Order: sequence, then C-alpha cells, then structure tokens
Amino acid sequence: MFKATVIVKRRPTIVDPQGKAVEQGAKLLGFNNVRKTRIGKYIEFFVDTTDKSLAEKEVKEYSEKLLSNPIMEDFEFMLEEVR
Amino acid sequence: MKPKFGVVVFPGSNCDHDAYYAVKKVLGYEAEFLWHKEKDLKGSDVIILPGGFSYGDYLRTGSIARFSPIMDSVYSFAENGGVVIGICNGFQILLEIGLLPGVMIQNESLKFVCKDLYLAVQTSDSIFTKDIGQSVIKIPIKHGEGNYYTDEETLKSLEENNQILFKYCTIDGKIEPEANPNGALLNIAGIMNKRKNVMGMMPHPENACDPILSKTDGALIFKSVAMNL
Repeated sequence: MFKATVIVKRRPTIVDPQGKAVEQGAKLLGFNNVRKTRIGKYIEFFVDTTDKSLAEKEVKEYSEKLLSNPIMEDFEFMLEEVR
Repeated sequence: MKPKFGVVVFPGSNCDHDAYYAVKKVLGYEAEFLWHKEKDLKGSDVIILPGGFSYGDYLRTGSIARFSPIMDSVYSFAENGGVVIGICNGFQILLEIGLLPGVMIQNESLKFVCKDLYLAVQTSDSIFTKDIGQSVIKIPIKHGEGNYYTDEETLKSLEENNQILFKYCTIDGKIEPEANPNGALLNIAGIMNKRKNVMGMMPHPENACDPILSKTDGALIFKSVAMNL
C-alpha cells in the first residue's frame, strides 16, 4: 500500500483571485511583509498495491485526468510506502 | 417538425427545470430530461447542459460531471456535428471535457454576481446567433466563476475563426472594462467550437424567455437554433 500526496498549483502566469483576497486579510492582520499569496490544493489518498511503478502510474494519471486541469494547473506528488 | 431539446440533469444542476420550461412551455418545442447516469440521448436534436453546481463544484467547476456516463454520448454527438449548448455550469463542463477551449476561474471580484447584463452579439455566422436580429441582447448572469481565461494563442485563434459569440457590453453595445462582470478576457461571455456546433455561455438565456419576467432576449438564441437545425 502506498500513501499518495498530490499538490496542485495554479500556473504562475494565471491570476489567483482567491490568493489576492486572502493576502488582503493578511494586510488587515498587520502582516505587511506577506507577498504573492497563491492558493492551491493538497490531496491525499492511498493506492492499494505493492507495485510502486503501478502506483506511480495511477497517481500520475489520476492527477492529469481529474485532480488538475493541465490548462491552468501544475501538479507534483509524493508516494510513501505504508504497512 | 418541432426540434427536441435534451436537458441533461447532473447531481447539483439547478437550472435544468428552467431550461426545460423555457424551451417546452414558453417556446413550444419538444423537451426531455436526460439523467447523467444514462447514455441514451433519446433522439434529441439539441443537447442543453444546464447551469447549477454539478457535484457541488468540488475540485473545479464541471471537473467531475464531465466523467458522467451521459457525457460520452454528448461528446460523440458533438463530434458528429450535433448541436450542444452549455449554459453557465454547462459551459464549465464543456471546457473541462475539451469540447471548448480555455478554463473558467473565480470572478476577479470574488463575488457571486447575479444581475441582468447586456451582451454584444459578435457574429451572425452560427446556428446560435443567425436569427437573433439584434446587436445587443439583455440576459442575466448568476455565477461566481465566470472569469474566462485561455492562453494568447488560443485567444487569437478564437478571434481569427470568429468563435467568440457574445461579449459583455454596456446598454448601447460598448465593450469596455466597466461592462465586464467577472474579469473574463476580452469581456468574453460566450464562445463556440471551430465547427460551430458547440457553444458555451455564462449568461442564462433560459431565464430570459418568459414574457412574465419582462425580458425575452434569451428566446432569440433558442429560436435561432430551432430555425436553423
């Protein structure tokens, strides 16, 4: 069994209205040094196999086909074997 | 022969009944609901992907609905030249499945915007706009993620191929930033594919059909489609 962690980030060239709004909150709290807040997604799940390359393939495809939209987002993932 | 509109119902659709009511009860065409788990388009001449919040808008708008069984049939229908209209969430689903280019991101203001707006009709060279007969139409919007975005190359090809159908404008047809409710590139409110049989628009024409609502410009789009099938 593998534990997968996927992080989906909006491409740097694409505006992130959410990040901008949150940063306004930071300013209200007095965090005046905060810059370029960007909001992404953190997704975790398990892949029930002992075959690491199969797990990698599934996580990659899942990320490409559903978890991210390649037009506006990039993703990275980590796999950790668990018992 | 009356054209038949198939209105797809996803879990979380909330404008399905509005679309059905508009085309069937107001305009007098045939209409039938199509449950997303089915595959049969039931002989529909036109498919409507309605507005709403399919699958709760989780992950990204339209990202899960595009994998519903019915979407395989809708995809093949569109590939074979069938007419597909995506409204609001339906537009977002068409972007996710790749029948239309681009993506939708949150409104620049981060606010959900619900109001009547004016759209400048950009081309009459489509089944959707051929018989609209007006350069400006009044149609309401109601969305939080209608900020159309695409890369420069795609945007250029949309313009070159005359695929932009509607742009947000002022009451007298001026396309300017003040008339843009969500930050969409070039004030884009609606586009179609290259083949011109699939269109997506954020505004809701089905909510501007019944005269009792004191606005009927949305009917012009459905009538144009019905007349030119």
